[in-house]
Amino acid sequence: MSEVNEQIAIDHGLKKDEYKKICDLLKRTPNITELGVFSAMWNEHCSYKSSRRHLKKLHTKGNQVIQGPGENAGVVDIEDDDAIVFKIESHNHPSFIEPYQGAATGVGGIMRDVFTMGARPIANLNSIHFGSIDHEKTRNLLRGVVKGIGGYGNCIGVPTIAGQTCFDKSYNGNILVNAMTLGLVNKNKIFYSKAAGVDKPVIYVGSKTGRDGIHGASMASAIFDDKIEEKKPTVQVGDPFTEKLLLEACLELMAGKSIISIQDMGAAGLTSSSIEMASKGDLGIEIDLTKVPCREENMTPYEIMLSESQERMLIVLEAGKEDEAKKIFDKWNLDFAVIGKTTNSKNIELYFENKKVAEIPIDFLAENAPMYDRKWIKAKLPKENNFSKDDFKSLKLSDCLNKILTDPNIADKEWIWSQYDHTVMGDTIQKPGGNAGVVRVHGTNKAVAASVDSSATYCHAHPLTGGKQVVCESWRNMISVGAKPIAITNCLNFGNPEKEKNMGEFVECVQGITEASKYLNYPVVSGNVSFYNETKDKGIKPTPSIGGIGLLSDYKQMVTMELKNDGNYLLVIGKTEGHLDQSIFAKNILFNHNGPPPEINLFNEKQNGMSILNLKNKNLIETCHDVSLGGILTAISKMSIKGSKGVKLFTIEGLVNKFEYFFGEDQGRYIIEIKPENLENVEKILKKDSIHFDKLGIIESNQITYGSDLKISIDDIKEGYKNWLKEYMVN
Amino acid sequence: MKSSVIIFPGSNCDRDMDVALKKFGFENQMVWHNDTNIPKSDLIVLPGGFSYGDYLRCGSIAGKSRIIKSVIDFANSGGLVLGICNGFQILTETGLLPGILQQNKYLNFICKNVFVKIKNKENKYFKNIKKEVLELHIAHNEGNYFCSNDELKSIEDNGQIAVTYCDDKGNDNENNNPNGAIQNIAGIFNKDKNILGMMPHPERMIDPFLSGEDGSLFFENLIGSM
Repeated sequence: MSEVNEQIAIDHGLKKDEYKKICDLLKRTPNITELGVFSAMWNEHCSYKSSRRHLKKLHTKGNQVIQGPGENAGVVDIEDDDAIVFKIESHNHPSFIEPYQGAATGVGGIMRDVFTMGARPIANLNSIHFGSIDHEKTRNLLRGVVKGIGGYGNCIGVPTIAGQTCFDKSYNGNILVNAMTLGLVNKNKIFYSKAAGVDKPVIYVGSKTGRDGIHGASMASAIFDDKIEEKKPTVQVGDPFTEKLLLEACLELMAGKSIISIQDMGAAGLTSSSIEMASKGDLGIEIDLTKVPCREENMTPYEIMLSESQERMLIVLEAGKEDEAKKIFDKWNLDFAVIGKTTNSKNIELYFENKKVAEIPIDFLAENAPMYDRKWIKAKLPKENNFSKDDFKSLKLSDCLNKILTDPNIADKEWIWSQYDHTVMGDTIQKPGGNAGVVRVHGTNKAVAASVDSSATYCHAHPLTGGKQVVCESWRNMISVGAKPIAITNCLNFGNPEKEKNMGEFVECVQGITEASKYLNYPVVSGNVSFYNETKDKGIKPTPSIGGIGLLSDYKQMVTMELKNDGNYLLVIGKTEGHLDQSIFAKNILFNHNGPPPEINLFNEKQNGMSILNLKNKNLIETCHDVSLGGILTAISKMSIKGSKGVKLFTIEGLVNKFEYFFGEDQGRYIIEIKPENLENVEKILKKDSIHFDKLGIIESNQITYGSDLKISIDDIKEGYKNWLKEYMVN
Repeated sequence: MKSSVIIFPGSNCDRDMDVALKKFGFENQMVWHNDTNIPKSDLIVLPGGFSYGDYLRCGSIAGKSRIIKSVIDFANSGGLVLGICNGFQILTETGLLPGILQQNKYLNFICKNVFVKIKNKENKYFKNIKKEVLELHIAHNEGNYFCSNDELKSIEDNGQIAVTYCDDKGNDNENNNPNGAIQNIAGIFNKDKNILGMMPHPERMIDPFLSGEDGSLFFENLIGSM
């Protein structure tokens, strides 16, 4: 075994003082296997050393929360005996190096997190961010990531029901791939990772261990440089077929009573799974690495412990249940090996070929992992732009609209989601391309809505506001399909936490998320942090992705966004002040990237959302869509295109000019469609509840008109909106 | 009426098919790939999915699996065998149906609603369906049907083309071909019309809240004509 020294520790991504701390804790020099274990547990990805103290502040409690952060995934109650297990996770670094496998194993990993808890996955979602459309790598990365996500999810047979795609040059060197899964579980049959009891057999099941993914978690905790191609071997390779078998086998075993605890081998593989189970149970664990099923010859203890081969699980079983369990895994043709046992030593002890090769107290790896209070700076609210009349003088509404509808961040994404099986399992009642995906809870009248959102532009301009905004956006998506928002999961993608500015972005986004989720009673129940999204000193814009879920107690009450019938009225709920700073309009039409993001008023946000749900419960709403990027006219266009219906817009009143009114990105707004016979009643209710609304227009013909200022056919705008991405991908 | 759905490792539309068959009155049972006998059935269904991972060639391993001999015997004795998506691929691999399913022309997985035109109603699968055009749903990467010219002539002469991709009016030309299939073929029969393989999934179209309801017409007719 090679001699460990400070340089080897640094090569493992550890800092000098971290290495010193290891030697001090052990009161000796670690051997190479032990060093590998420390480096895997103490890296940012596993230890959350920069983020831990801030994540503690998140709002994680609520009546419906069964399990908050800290487990494989969060769990929420959806009435009766049903619960939803869900989480979002990043797979950014591997996806940039090898987009197909990186994205595929991201999907595989998050699904394991969910079925580890006893839940059958019922829906997948994703949030993907790419560099500028002009960047040479963007097309290939997008194509590879989409194929990888589809390749894995389609094979497993879990529908991909919603997602989000963004392009921005800040992701040129670091794309983001965030994958989210929802699973359905009986709330009395949830499985946790906490081990209990001494001398219980520790079982390895699933694929064999190979040399792929060694140091994957360490790679995800480092910035990229010129030698990035050399990191390809650290990307794991996915096998969705084996995962499907593992899923069915685990659920079959879980139907019985033999499992004490179960944990998937994700980042840092066998190391983190065994240590987490023991640590949570306040136990020790003993593993004979000779017994681990390997697919390559002469693997060393170091390699076995650090491999991130996919589709593997670690289970602590009730003693004596081994044969019963093995039968199930034999049926599904999966490896099953008793590799160790729980102990009362509170140490992890590793054996190989009858020799002890490592022994470390578990609390050194878990509780004693470094925690940093990194320096950060508070962001100032940028000064507002004061656009003058001259700025709008030569503009035409139709030109602006066409340009906005073909903006990469607005244009239709069907090219992407048509490559994902979104209908398998036979319960998808709202497909991708709407406000949120919706799946029925199989065999019941209930349905669950889910969406993923991010707003890096706003977060970049002012992290605190941006953090609030993205939670509100998620909440609005739930409301828009008629679902009661329940809880969120967050994937916090940021730059280098060792830089004060990036750390500040993180701290303030988390603060914003916390404020909004607390006020809206929309708690965070799971998530992950991805730092070091930086290449050669250039970091990404701060990008928290929020995955939200909501409940429809009767799926037949679901609301959709396509316009329904001629003669129906459209109302805008929420006040339009005409905030153009940081809007798509400001960027694309005025070429201005300055100013603050739109302000978030949580009081109005909640009032407006609750009033929509109230109207829906009274059956007064035909259609609903929240107003987000691109403002009112963009929202109406999307609703028109989906429903193949036109709108005659009424003359706007008040002080804002038409560009500010139609393209401003003020928050907390929805457009709803109302039947003429319900209009009076709806107006009465809204006035009584002091909800601001404007009468926006009436549905008619096949064009959108605004006096003599705008006359544009739905077919015309549809073409650009629908075809942009398709054409971009073939060019 | 009794039906059996075969589950191969990697099948993923088995539950959907089970739900659909039961909804329309079949007494359905699930049969594991490693079994050798199929319980007494009036209909055997090979469901969609990725049998054995489909890493080699879609359906090729399932076509050699332990249960498949019983399926072949059942089919050869005139029993009804329905293969949807991966099930269709498996049926071509066993030789029960002619031709092969290649990768889609544009090399992408496609998940969307399509229209198909019923080309032959003189069989139990489509006999009493009033419509000529059905709206169904496809979700596949290898649905591009291909066969030799001789085979094509033979399946045309024998009325073996079951359904073709078309538009809502029933025009089955190249513009309405999602995957490059020869002659827009979406599904075919064997000569005796007791075996049907098709790429579209009727089991995903059995409820107005799903992608549509034309799948209901398919199952209603099927149980009605047995």
